[in-house]
Amino acid sequence: MDIKGVENLADLARIELSLDEKVAILKDMEGILDYVKQIEKIEVKEAHPVYLQKNVWREDKSEPREFSKELIIDQFPDKQDNFLKVKKIL
Amino acid sequence: MIDLKNLTIEKAHEALSRGDFTCRGLAEAYLKVISEKNKEINAYLEIYSDIFTQADEAQKKFTDGTATILTGIPFAIKDNILVEGRTASAASKILENYKASYDATVIKDLKKAGAVLLGRTNMDEFAMGSSTQTSAFGVTRNPIDLERVPGGSSGGSAAALAGDMALAALGTETCGSVREPAAFCGLVGLKPTYGAVSRQGIIAMGNSLDQVSPFGKSVRDTEIIFTTLSRYDTEDSTSVREELRDKLRTRNKKDKRIGVPWHLFKEGVATEVSDNFKESIEKLKKIGYEIVDIELPFSKYSLAAYYIIMPAEVSTNLSRFDGIRYGLSEKGENLKEVYMKSRGKGFGKEVRRRILLGTYVLSHGYYDAYYNKAIKVREEIKEEILKAFEKVDYILTPTTPTTAFKIGEKMDDPVAMYLNDIFSAPANLAGVPSLALPSGFSTNGLPFSIQFMAPHFCEDALFEVGKKFEEARGK
Repeated sequence: MDIKGVENLADLARIELSLDEKVAILKDMEGILDYVKQIEKIEVKEAHPVYLQKNVWREDKSEPREFSKELIIDQFPDKQDNFLKVKKIL
Repeated sequence: MIDLKNLTIEKAHEALSRGDFTCRGLAEAYLKVISEKNKEINAYLEIYSDIFTQADEAQKKFTDGTATILTGIPFAIKDNILVEGRTASAASKILENYKASYDATVIKDLKKAGAVLLGRTNMDEFAMGSSTQTSAFGVTRNPIDLERVPGGSSGGSAAALAGDMALAALGTETCGSVREPAAFCGLVGLKPTYGAVSRQGIIAMGNSLDQVSPFGKSVRDTEIIFTTLSRYDTEDSTSVREELRDKLRTRNKKDKRIGVPWHLFKEGVATEVSDNFKESIEKLKKIGYEIVDIELPFSKYSLAAYYIIMPAEVSTNLSRFDGIRYGLSEKGENLKEVYMKSRGKGFGKEVRRRILLGTYVLSHGYYDAYYNKAIKVREEIKEEILKAFEKVDYILTPTTPTTAFKIGEKMDDPVAMYLNDIFSAPANLAGVPSLALPSGFSTNGLPFSIQFMAPHFCEDALFEVGKKFEEARGK
């Protein structure tokens, strides 16, 4: 990992970082990766884990939920006629 | 004067039922301590303005006979649990002004029971930390020794309870975030079975690990809170249905064999902690428990696997905080700049660190070596723990490798900080319940703690052994 690597990750994660912050994160990441890489050596069964959990779906029909629409709209950073306003994407 | 120090939920309930004091009187007593202590300890980020209204509503339940065990009981609530109309900031700048638009299921249940919510408590930012030092709103101090951390990430809730600023408290756990602060503050902390308590309305960190977790001053208090909150919730897709809970529960009725994986703490544990652990084992033997050596070879990699799986989930989860719909929003020339600036300014150091780490382990070229491998290791850990439960009823370890450390310590060394949770990780990764409880004091007056693990949905077995151990300690 190098500074370029950190810059690339920060861009992917959409986080603006100063040069000092990038340098500090690089050092921290190296320490953490050095610790977690011990799992590389572990021998595990190749079989894919069988999960007891399943996706929980519900029918595609509207159900009442208790929430405050006003509180949601009030918190939009930018809005027009009660619609959320965002910068153009394309 | 109400003796808050020795008050328990049952004692308070009896006193409220008899009319020795009122719900308002009880809330007032806690508010008085809060006004004296909170400035220094910083357990609460906000004290709610409607406490007396809540208390008066609770009092009505005593008048009309609908009061239950939690009616009028003052609670401290971690700042990542939504309370409608109230700020829920997860101790982060990015959500500093965010107001919850609905109640978390656990809050609905507490309100229904007539509990009194005193306020929201400080925590590590987005629950990422083991000492409540990564909060954007200052550190929380340990009421037992103000120079020390209360543990984390639910440190504010622990400090509120240990400092007699609440009678009960809720935290959340992803890896030790309730058991570790319980250990540092001399409290009981329960990490319930994954899927036992609803996560609806909790600001998520690692979805495959997160659980709402209660703190109590005693095992019985913790049991009362857990029993109230443990139920199937249709609004949480990871909530487990009642019939499946019964099926998963594999408890044998004797509950007398405790397995100790000694090899996991041969090194890296403070001598005083290890001595206290051995003394605790002697106490358990005296009251009829059989101690058995067990081997959990994969579990020693728990924390390494956790620090891959959790950041991966964090990087995905926290992508929703982007300055578009709520929270901090910085101006930018285009959409990407709004994202970059809002997230750059809104997230603190530890959160950024984990998002980047998660992005890394999920990225092309590293996915198989890190994330995929960690998932497989996790399955091995789960399997070996469930296998151990065929031979023993409990698994016992120290809760933490040290007692509460000084404020400022370990902040420059993330790995040293992460190692506080080395004994917490197996239960979170395997989804089994674990109970941490006090086991004595060090020569400088700091609490020690031990933790039991039990099979899925065997919280009742944990409460049973916990109560017996409390009794044996002469509490």
